[in-house]
Amino acid sequence: MSPLAVNPPAPASTDPSVIRNFCIIAHIDHGKSTLADRMLQATGVVTPRQMKAQYLDRMDIERERGITIKSQAVRMPWNVDGTDYALNMIDTPGHVDFTYEVSRSLAACEATILLVDAAQGIEAQTLANLYLALENDLTIIPVLNKIDLPAAQPEKYAAELANLIGVEPEDVLKVSGKTGEGVEELLDRIVRDVPAPQGKKDAPSRAMIFDSVYDTYRGVVTYVRVVDGTLVPRERIQMMSTGATHELLEIGVISPEPIPSKGLSVGEVGYLITGVKDVRQSRVGDTVTNQQKPAEDSLGGYEDPKPMVFSGLFPVEGSDYPVLRDALEKLQLNDAALVYEPETSTALGFGFRCGFLGLLHLEITRDRLEREFNLDLISTAPSVSYNVTLEDHSEVEVTNPSEFPEGRILEIREPMVSATILVPSEFIGAVMELSQSKRGEMKGMDYLSEDRVELRYRLPLAEIVFDFFDQLKSKTRGYASLDWKADGEQAADLVKVDILLQGEQVDAFSAITHKDKAYSYGVLMTGKLQKLIPRQQYEVPIQAAIGSRIIARENIRAIRKDVLSKCYGGDISRKRKLLEKQKEGKKRMKMVGRVEVPQEAFVAALSSDEDNGKDKKK
Amino acid sequence: MPAQPEGDPAPEDGALPAGAVARASERTLSLYVHVPFCAVRCGYCDFNTYTMEQLGDGVSRDDYHRDAAAEVRFARSVLDAAGAPPRALHSVFFGGGTPTLLPARELANMLGQARQSFGLAPDAEVTVEANPDSVTAETFDVLAEAGVTRVSFGMQSAVPHVLRVLERTHTPANVPRAVGWATERGLGTSVDLIYGTPGESVADWRTSLEAALEMDSDHVSAYSLIIEDGTKLAAQMRRGEVPRVDPDDQAEKYTLADAMLREAGFEWYEVSNWSRDAHGRSALENRSAHNLAYWRNQDWWGIGPGAHSHSDGVRWWNLKHPLPYTNKVRQGVSPAAGRETLDAQTRYVEDVMLGIRIRDGLETARLQPEGRKAVAGLIADGWLDGAAAVRGTAVLTDAGRLMADAVTRRLLDW
Repeated sequence: MSPLAVNPPAPASTDPSVIRNFCIIAHIDHGKSTLADRMLQATGVVTPRQMKAQYLDRMDIERERGITIKSQAVRMPWNVDGTDYALNMIDTPGHVDFTYEVSRSLAACEATILLVDAAQGIEAQTLANLYLALENDLTIIPVLNKIDLPAAQPEKYAAELANLIGVEPEDVLKVSGKTGEGVEELLDRIVRDVPAPQGKKDAPSRAMIFDSVYDTYRGVVTYVRVVDGTLVPRERIQMMSTGATHELLEIGVISPEPIPSKGLSVGEVGYLITGVKDVRQSRVGDTVTNQQKPAEDSLGGYEDPKPMVFSGLFPVEGSDYPVLRDALEKLQLNDAALVYEPETSTALGFGFRCGFLGLLHLEITRDRLEREFNLDLISTAPSVSYNVTLEDHSEVEVTNPSEFPEGRILEIREPMVSATILVPSEFIGAVMELSQSKRGEMKGMDYLSEDRVELRYRLPLAEIVFDFFDQLKSKTRGYASLDWKADGEQAADLVKVDILLQGEQVDAFSAITHKDKAYSYGVLMTGKLQKLIPRQQYEVPIQAAIGSRIIARENIRAIRKDVLSKCYGGDISRKRKLLEKQKEGKKRMKMVGRVEVPQEAFVAALSSDEDNGKDKKK
Repeated sequence: MPAQPEGDPAPEDGALPAGAVARASERTLSLYVHVPFCAVRCGYCDFNTYTMEQLGDGVSRDDYHRDAAAEVRFARSVLDAAGAPPRALHSVFFGGGTPTLLPARELANMLGQARQSFGLAPDAEVTVEANPDSVTAETFDVLAEAGVTRVSFGMQSAVPHVLRVLERTHTPANVPRAVGWATERGLGTSVDLIYGTPGESVADWRTSLEAALEMDSDHVSAYSLIIEDGTKLAAQMRRGEVPRVDPDDQAEKYTLADAMLREAGFEWYEVSNWSRDAHGRSALENRSAHNLAYWRNQDWWGIGPGAHSHSDGVRWWNLKHPLPYTNKVRQGVSPAAGRETLDAQTRYVEDVMLGIRIRDGLETARLQPEGRKAVAGLIADGWLDGAAAVRGTAVLTDAGRLMADAVTRRLLDW
């Protein structure tokens, strides 16, 4: 019997009983994309010749970083015991910044493959997503990947997984995305174990948006899971959160390229195109219905994306400002979570204050701006959003140190996160020490297995966005994994530290920090700048200050000699050209008061990479 | 060797535009004669000079004085053709290289050609650069007889380990002896010093200064060592074999030199040059008239391979290597490799850049508006002399001399 489908079910007329919707939960490098590739091959959706490694990851950055940012859904035919099934594999983002998007992808499925590296065991982010899957009542199919690795310990981690989700170790499937071993068994298992979708065929249509992507040629492509009713081409649809209506220009399935269909019916997963140009008009989590015969209730679960981390982005070349503006506009078409507004810095010129879901989102956005739009950018130190209560009890939201109020302050509240850290037990001490130094409050600790521990902390988000993860990795020799989610806010003793060059405040270097950290921030920044700013014609004091109180100081000594000692007949043209070159060099300088600061000094001072001696970015 | 500047091609007949000689009667004309030969090549030197081995076939040191004399005659014919009035030479300078590698008689011949072609002004200064090792008492007899008035000795340092880094081969004791010979014959003398050589301590530098002062010369030049691309020293530094030059160390040594020279009766008249009353001549008379002509942007004709010339805003420079140079001169055509004609603004830039270096300073009235505006700030920073500025001249203070390039940029608003 060939497992390949004989007569694949057609979209819009597929009986829900032969539909299987599932996703894959996995840690970043546990091999999800490779396994997905194997399934596409095994089901004949992609021929070996078409096969590109990690077919589903479309963007270069995703392929480079091995991270799937945008999820997609692929329909694959598969035959078991003579029946042709339609398997919809919904790809989910694997990173904590995209938790909301993950939750919507999970809501589109009946089951998830819990994919774990057989040499590494489960990681914190995977655990977090597993919780989400269980909350969505998904069937869990535990799978160990990379069993071909010499370091694989399938027995050990099968026991860990089984223990975690309450199954027998024998129920844990063992596959290799690399060799393809076990992939057909997995497909059979999906057909057998994943429940068929339930829905009312004749009810007003309702479909949940679990992703939307901007395509240069087609406009926004929206990925939906139909829950009730049927969506057909040319009908007018309505977005239930906004009431906006659009004509349904095209609807279809991805297999693995878009294939238009006569519609999508109960339980089916596919895409639709309405001609809108901006993903914010087609928001993840929203419910699509028919305008003439609208459903009464939305599917629920829709949330507006909320930026957590803020940073100023400035072009190195001031003249690139319009390019940056257009680039952000274009990126926003494809990224509903990206927010920005113009910002002016005395030190860095014109730029934008941008809000991101998290640090990775920031880095990816920055990378894309630099790569796709050929921009050179300076980004200011990431900040979070603080709520400040002034003496007159008025409230101010501060996402930028420059907005920090001058007057007397009753209270400052900062956003908190609850963090889950998984580590081998030998590192418990190191993690506790680090978390404590980052103002973390321990909430609990559990042994997952004999030598693996889950630690739970409540921490200020500001500490996480700075360098917590880097330090966690280095203190645990790379073994720790981290997951976090927003967890309210908390009052804290925070101050704004300013950096002054020859008495002039450099806004780009101001930071809001905990009172106890202000001194070390001041020492760090003044020290960095002392090394980065070349000597000037006069002595330049670099100071760190809280209000008018100086907390740290360095000096840049004045240049003592700036003269070419020999200047005779044959030297004159050469020397004049040297002066002209120095004049050109000055154009690359930003003036802070009378101090000439090279552009590169800003870049270097604002990158945190230097502290830990490694380059986080590729 | 420094690359020659980029410029426009020079015409084969060397013809000068009328503008280059229009004001010739108000401008002095000097002659520089380059002698592109050295016995050995020093590790720091990027001048256009050649040892016998480097010279190659087809050029001979013996013929050089005749080829140079040919270019002197050519110079006169070009200036005449352009319509310049005849001008007796304000100064003549034999530089190198090592002029004293040539027999003194040949130097005298070249000077004779200059006198024949142009004539020497009554008080004309005629300087010869000399290597203390390649001269005898008789050398100075011949030079004085020929009309040379001044000898400039390349001493560099009195400290053996410093001389070794510089790869100077002369014996330190030969310098005072040679200075003595020249002084006895009524010649003005200058000693050249270099400070900031890798490995030179402040005490070493003090030793060199003391040695120079003992020689009873009437002029001292002191240059900070500049590491020029393409020199052996630059390569050694790149490979980390010798330490880098430290500008703070050079600043300290400059300040020390200025203090010690002042103590000995010298006064500065250019950033790197000092003179004093000595041997019956005033400090003013003991300045180098030839070098002052450069800093005052006067006219001069440079004879020899790689030599630069200037005529009222037109600068040109000769082919660098002696062989093609010699071929051109023997064909009676211009040996120039390129030239540039400066526009008014560029000439202003050069006037500021050069004028600020000398003690006579720049007339503030000649500064453009942004330059005049910058003066007050430069006085406040302690780099321009406030009293002199009030009297209408921008003159560097002692501290300002070390910052002359920064002052130039600020006067130009660069």
